[in-house]
Amino acid sequence: MYPIIIFLLLMLNWVILSGKFDAFHLGLGVISCLVVTWISQDLLYHDRRKGIGERLREAGAFIQYLPWITWEVVKANLHVFKLAMTKQGQEEMSPRVVTFETYLKTDFAKFVLANSITLTPGTITMLIRGDVFHIHTMSQFLEDDLLTGAIERKVAEVFEPEVLSKK
Amino acid sequence: MTEWFAMVMGAGLFVLMIPIIYRIFKGPTGFDRILGVNVIGTKTAVLLVIIGTLYGRVEMFVDFALTYSLLNFVAAIVVSRYLNRTISLKEMEAREKAKGGAKA
Amino acid sequence: MTDHSMICLLAAAVENGEVGFLPLKIIGFASGVVGLIFFLGTAVGMVRFPDFYTRMHAAGKGDTLSTMLMLGGFGLVTMEDFSVGSWLLLIKILAVILFIYLTTPTSSHALMRAAFEDDEMPMTEDDLKKSKRKGKRKK
Repeated sequence: MYPIIIFLLLMLNWVILSGKFDAFHLGLGVISCLVVTWISQDLLYHDRRKGIGERLREAGAFIQYLPWITWEVVKANLHVFKLAMTKQGQEEMSPRVVTFETYLKTDFAKFVLANSITLTPGTITMLIRGDVFHIHTMSQFLEDDLLTGAIERKVAEVFEPEVLSKK
Repeated sequence: MTEWFAMVMGAGLFVLMIPIIYRIFKGPTGFDRILGVNVIGTKTAVLLVIIGTLYGRVEMFVDFALTYSLLNFVAAIVVSRYLNRTISLKEMEAREKAKGGAKA
Repeated sequence: MTDHSMICLLAAAVENGEVGFLPLKIIGFASGVVGLIFFLGTAVGMVRFPDFYTRMHAAGKGDTLSTMLMLGGFGLVTMEDFSVGSWLLLIKILAVILFIYLTTPTSSHALMRAAFEDDEMPMTEDDLKKSKRKGKRKK
């Protein structure tokens, strides 16, 4: 099941990047995608026990997650703009390092969580050590927003809903 | 109209790169410098698309932009791996424990 | 230049047949200009912020959004017609945007981690106050 998904993803990539639809180029694409799938298909999707329906649900939830994170990026940029340009922003700058522990298990969920923390206003992931995240923050009030775990809940809704139901 | 817009955007990008070049020139640490190079590299991908619009060959220059941003990413990772002293996490924890012990 | 005169210029360009599809162009121009403004914030932040970690805030965030907006704007501006080729071009530009969206936070995290492991300590609030006082004394 999973090799077919990987082959389709690679083929989609090929079609977008080549942009030609005649038989010669598509044939080349099929051959090279088959070879790549055959050689390195075990690199993507570590957990093979999940079914196709579960993967589709994850993809759908991830697409719903994108607008929220984009809006967070806009807010983060407004915040940086304010800190950089106004004098009041310079006054309220208070850098510090915060530590917290996550309940997410898989590596990919941690990757998405770290990137989301980097993109939300005022925080950057500095170091991940197992389950412990070290985060550099810039303003006091944004730190409170982080420690209530709103971002973590959003990521858990996408990738690990069973963890959320236990809580 | 499109060409006019592309020229204005390109000039604006170029002007705004000057403060970052100042940061690369001045930067107290090596990390500041590689950070500036990284930002300019990302913006160069945009500049390539702008140049493509001016020449009327965007479909070619978009590939260049993709490749350039890929190389930029790889360069940032490689230099950050090169610049740190490559201590392992275990060693770091041991060092922190030593520090905590000294305080206590 | 005010918005009104800008729209008049655009309308004239449409009558001459220079511009293909007006609303897309306007959205593209607007998002490009907004991206340039956010990049201004990044550039000023890179110069004015006190230490490496705070500069990283400016670079990691501003870079992502401004690049996305500018590339997206140019993707819309270059849509002259709705043929397969121009759709493919738009999708390609979206692929570049997605790539940058994923890689910029990752590379900034890698740099941050490298700097932290290199024993470069982040500035605390007290350090910031001290440096401000020093600056005032010098003046």
